[in-house]
Amino acid sequence: MHPQLTSASSSTSSPSDRRLSALVRHLTGSSPEIDSQSILSASPTSGFHGDSVFSHIVRAPEDPILGVTVAYNKDPSPVKLNLGVGAYRTEEGKPLVLNVVRKAEQMLVNDRSRVKEYLPIVGLAEFNKLSAKLILGAESPAIRENRVTTVQCLSGTGSLRVGAEFLAKHYHQRTIYIPHPTWGNHPKVFTLAGLSVKTYRYYNPVTRGLNFQGLLEDLGSAPSGAIVLLHACAHNPTGVDPTFQQWEQIRQLMRSKCLLPFFDSAYQGFASGSLDADAQSVRMFVADGGECLVAQSYAKNMGLYGERVGALSIVCRAADVASKVESQLKLVIRPMYSNPPIHGASIVAIILKDRNMYNEWTIELKEMADRIISMRQQLFDALRARGTPGDWSHIIKQIGMFTFTGLNKEQVAFMTKEYHIYMTSDGRISMAGLSLKTVPQLADAIHAAVTRVV
Amino acid sequence: MASALLSSLAAASAPPSASLSPREINKMKLNLPCTSFKNSSIKTKSFGRIRMVATTNVSRFDGVTMAPPDPILGVSEAFRADTNAMKLNLGVGAYRTEELQPYVLDVVKKAENLMLERGDNKEYLPIEGLAAFNKATAELLFGADNPVIKQQRVATVQGLSGTGSLRLAAALIERYFPGAKVVISSPTWGNHKNIFNDARVPWSEYRYYDPKTVGLDFEGMISDIKAAPDGSFVLLHGCAHNPTGIDPTPEQWEKIADVIQEKNHIPFFDVAYQGFASGSLDADAASVRLFVARDMEVLIAQSYSKNLGLYAERIGAINVVCSSADAATRVKSQLKRLARPMYSNPPVHGARIVANVVGDPTLFNEWKAEMEMMAGRIKNVRQKLFDSLSAKDKSGKDWSFILKQIGMFSFTGLNKAQSEHMTNKWHVYMTKDGRISLAGLSLAKCEYLADAIIDSFHNVS
Repeated sequence: MHPQLTSASSSTSSPSDRRLSALVRHLTGSSPEIDSQSILSASPTSGFHGDSVFSHIVRAPEDPILGVTVAYNKDPSPVKLNLGVGAYRTEEGKPLVLNVVRKAEQMLVNDRSRVKEYLPIVGLAEFNKLSAKLILGAESPAIRENRVTTVQCLSGTGSLRVGAEFLAKHYHQRTIYIPHPTWGNHPKVFTLAGLSVKTYRYYNPVTRGLNFQGLLEDLGSAPSGAIVLLHACAHNPTGVDPTFQQWEQIRQLMRSKCLLPFFDSAYQGFASGSLDADAQSVRMFVADGGECLVAQSYAKNMGLYGERVGALSIVCRAADVASKVESQLKLVIRPMYSNPPIHGASIVAIILKDRNMYNEWTIELKEMADRIISMRQQLFDALRARGTPGDWSHIIKQIGMFTFTGLNKEQVAFMTKEYHIYMTSDGRISMAGLSLKTVPQLADAIHAAVTRVV
Repeated sequence: MASALLSSLAAASAPPSASLSPREINKMKLNLPCTSFKNSSIKTKSFGRIRMVATTNVSRFDGVTMAPPDPILGVSEAFRADTNAMKLNLGVGAYRTEELQPYVLDVVKKAENLMLERGDNKEYLPIEGLAAFNKATAELLFGADNPVIKQQRVATVQGLSGTGSLRLAAALIERYFPGAKVVISSPTWGNHKNIFNDARVPWSEYRYYDPKTVGLDFEGMISDIKAAPDGSFVLLHGCAHNPTGIDPTPEQWEKIADVIQEKNHIPFFDVAYQGFASGSLDADAASVRLFVARDMEVLIAQSYSKNLGLYAERIGAINVVCSSADAATRVKSQLKRLARPMYSNPPVHGARIVANVVGDPTLFNEWKAEMEMMAGRIKNVRQKLFDSLSAKDKSGKDWSFILKQIGMFSFTGLNKAQSEHMTNKWHVYMTKDGRISLAGLSLAKCEYLADAIIDSFHNVS
């Protein structure tokens, strides 16, 4: 990664130049950039005259996804609508903390024996075991045979980063193939971890569905052993998932080329409403005895966004390999943040291990998933009622929190400017941010954008 | 057979903590088929007939070797495994009560109850963390009326305790000061080197600890900082140096600041014990404030693990004091850009606790009292240990360094073999560099520990 070394002054900002100019300043006792402002602000006794060692650092743009909320917050309009970041909203447009989560938190606070000692580097043991069972299935042979190492990480992002750093250090193939398009943060996570990123075709804008042929071709021509990022379900941003049969073909192709699967599972239970159904792709790969990585997030399905709870599981061929892999994962984690935060993981562990609370959770989870599915239907019906040009059936075919509308950048900008609707510039909208009340507004905006902006 | 080949290769060529090189692994892979297929069909309930493809027995991770346990955190693991009744854990720096129990501060419990009653939501924090926390943490560090705060010249980003904040700063250095070196004290906290290694920031050491005086090698420190290339980052412990417990005097801090300014170095503070060292938040921040008052640009990593007992919540911050508000804005934006691909945004729980405690005058005062209590207990334990050592040791050795050192740790001067003897014979767990955590010591155990130290010191070399 090369920094943006634009210079704030006439000199270049290489370290030796900086050192040279520092030396000159030291010798002559003057700063080349003394202006009235710096003379006024520097105290009479300071030896430092307004030149910053950070002058060459430029301002970074806002994150394209999280920046949508920043822009939304700045908007004074009373009718503004935030369909940017994927955080669930109730019908009233409010964030939701699950009842079962509140219950678990109350238990934590009431328990006087609880302490805040450092977790082990790999995190809360109980949480790790339960997370592996959740994604792989309680009866998974891989778990029974101790072939899985699971480490608690900071939600999905942290799990991906730790997994990628591990692969960059210990795996012989340092290329990862990611679908096009994919979550905006994926390429940065992998690049900073030391992997090189390539893409495989995924989305077909004409059909607004899966470009399966392109996917097979691109994975088929990947070098043997390459890492492949797969969205376990509810592909972000498109909402387009392979069918079961297509997953099986992908699996066969990948195994024949020794491609290493790295699953990103951020929506288990949230996509279809069923935890098991949403884990099928992962379990299919594990069932054939092969190896894979899985990054899990509890941000959406347990509404624990800000607590940063997730887990990285690495399924290995043998128990002793899993054990060694775990020891090396610790060496990645220790210099990054030492050990993970306890609060969110404790909540998850309480819920997963208690049968009643687990059942309560599945009910609340299904309610969230169902509300989103109904919003899809509402939006589709509203567009059809307006006679909005185009085929909008992809809205009800796609799955998960997001809809890839197919709107272009200009249309998106139009909707933000004229209708105060906030979304990412790739045309992705978060269905979780819609309600019965706001669907008409969105439908009007889409209709206007499609008919007035090309 | 394939696995045997791989294991023997692994044993022959790999150093203990490294894995096989990619070239070695590739060579092996060339000799093996990518996959050997065994097709079988299995009937399952949900899916009908599936064709299962079994792949080769070789793991892609066969070349991964077992890493050694963490030298600090591994001590607690070993302690837990010990069944001896006299065992004492003086390894990791986590505060213990006189009864040697972990301690959750009363103000923390109160804050958590408040948070639950209020029904706070769990939405994502901004990448830079909780605004109320960032404001509170900067004010705590610099003083609320410090000009750098009034002039908005501080970029503050919530980080994952001290480690995470240091890592963000290291990533900033790697990206924007390519080739710049960090100079760190010899010795220093064991994880510092790992952080800079993984962030790919080169480092070297400056002399710090003088084993002859069991004190600060000030001349060596100044000389080595002077010798570092202009524009190096100098890692300093704000107070309660870890592992030695030896801090510079105010006069020495002035001289350190002088030489840093002379060389246009950038001071980089690790502040993990503010309030915990002396019992006073302001006194423990004096070194940082001294540098800031000189209009220097400074990096400071903070942790609330010890002073608020929030170890497992992972709450801290990286602060960058810049010469202008504009620079601070730019630096903050780039810190965010480094945090996003690491963990997206930081955990909310610990940040809320800190914001609630610091933001409420009653809770804040209660916190100060609890902190004084914790620091006070450690001072008492130092005194008792010193008294026990002086009374029991007939050799005339000067043990007063125990009283002069400050903070959670004492650098005993025991070497590796002696430290191991402490564990093997006396079941006293400590790190191999001779560091003991006084936070894990009770008054009741001081005499036992004194016996162990005297025995190890005099009878083992």
